[in-house]
Amino acid sequence: MHSSTASLIAPRISQLPPRAGLGLKAEHFKDVLESLPDVGFFEVHAENYMVAGGPFHHYLGLIRERYPLSIHGVGLSIGSDTPLNIEHLQRLQTLLARYRPRVFSEHLAWSSHGPHFLNDLLPLRYDLSTLQRVCAHIDQVQNTLQRQILLENPATYVEFDQTHFDEASFIHEVISRSGCGLLLDVNNVYVSCVNHDRDPLAYINALPLHAVGELHLAGFAEDIDQSGQRLLIDSHGAPVDQAVWALYQQVLECVGPVATLIERDNQLPVFSELLAQAELADCYLLTTRERT
Amino acid sequence: MRLQEAFSAAVLDSQQPCPRGLVSRNGHVESRFAVYRNNVQKGLINALAFSYPVVARLVGEYFFQEMARLFIKKSPPDSPIMSTYGVRFADFIGDFEPARSLPYLADTARLERLCVAAYHAADACAVDPQVLARMLKVPESLGQLHLQLHPGVATLDSPYAVADLWAAHQNEELSQGLDLSLPQSTVVLRYGLSVEVFAVRPGYTAFIRHLQSGHALGPAAEHALQVDPYFDLSQALALLITHDAITDLSPAPEISP
Repeated sequence: MHSSTASLIAPRISQLPPRAGLGLKAEHFKDVLESLPDVGFFEVHAENYMVAGGPFHHYLGLIRERYPLSIHGVGLSIGSDTPLNIEHLQRLQTLLARYRPRVFSEHLAWSSHGPHFLNDLLPLRYDLSTLQRVCAHIDQVQNTLQRQILLENPATYVEFDQTHFDEASFIHEVISRSGCGLLLDVNNVYVSCVNHDRDPLAYINALPLHAVGELHLAGFAEDIDQSGQRLLIDSHGAPVDQAVWALYQQVLECVGPVATLIERDNQLPVFSELLAQAELADCYLLTTRERT
Repeated sequence: MRLQEAFSAAVLDSQQPCPRGLVSRNGHVESRFAVYRNNVQKGLINALAFSYPVVARLVGEYFFQEMARLFIKKSPPDSPIMSTYGVRFADFIGDFEPARSLPYLADTARLERLCVAAYHAADACAVDPQVLARMLKVPESLGQLHLQLHPGVATLDSPYAVADLWAAHQNEELSQGLDLSLPQSTVVLRYGLSVEVFAVRPGYTAFIRHLQSGHALGPAAEHALQVDPYFDLSQALALLITHDAITDLSPAPEISP
């Protein structure tokens, strides 16, 4: 029998308000506290706050008192073919106990191999052994943290031979077996679908949309591959593309208003520019709310 | 070799072949795989550039990238906490033949590492100034006092004037005109939310290191005087007190287990 934590954890209802949120960057700590913008929530990368003290904890503590918080991990390496880093999982447990975020999310990817951390979200072969491993790791994480996590769909540039599942079916299986929720990254869907010549809407409709607890929007960079075809790169270094906004609209029609993060990690603009993107996302959410 | 092992080796080292088993809609997997290689290497180079901005500026973007690339291949991160990445970078720079014309580069990196560590060091409140003043006023027991310093306090002794170099780069000044060949001692600490760097006499760093290793005030001051006959205890204490760097003091010697 599969040892799922699904029964242990309450059914998915997003704990974040159905509003637009922003990724919190150290460069914007003071902007946020001085202007207290009308933002639905802030999200931080867990690993940036795994430090003993200093300004990061000082500012996050103050912002946490004023806004709902989501914590997003980039270092658990849930897809690793080696065991999870227990020390890292414990650090995460400590961080979540301290800040009690509404949501904790991680990635359907791997980023560590053995002792080495590669600082990127690397792709998985969607076969049965990967499925079992990913589910076992999610069980371990959810049992340790005593909460449901959200798992984010990846942006990918290659695929693997000998796969048993397409990505959407794989995610479907992971979510039904492990009881985790889905963080649907709309930019990742668009990037991967262009790169692998898939229909983004068909992909989205094949996902377990009932489990969506949060959406991500971000910008991509554009390249061309050896054959001259578009190759999109999930760069988090540009405003959200028009095509991704259009896809977001379609996603909202399927899932209703769901907390939506504007992600920006590189080529960071002034805070007001990020705020404008969040306001735009809020408009989409409001329109969806009025329609439903 | 397992898939993730091959993938991992190939993203860290551009000379390694693309792992087997990859496919893409048009068969051109090389340029697709290169995205991962580029993301990994660029991400780690950026993490190093973020922690070592003065080193990056001293050598220029291209040199820094190539130096960082070789470091990454030799010492990939062993933790997902990027602010700790590069603890061995200064030693690597010290042995890096193409950087030999900048002999102060490794110590500049050491200083920048101390700044990152001080920035993220544990929080600790300064000892009550009244208690401190009262204790310091009793000359007969002064030498027996044990001072606990803030976790962000750190020291560096260099044969080069790296504190001056560091300071010049904070103000966007160029380091031309600085005489880097002079030895310099440096104290790094976090005062409030900011990291501060002080060029000090060598007795200060000797004094602080002695306090940090558990010696009482008297022996620490004596040691500092041996290192530097001009060591001034009251000035050294003033630097620590005015920057909230003394977090506890106890009259009795600490008994180590």
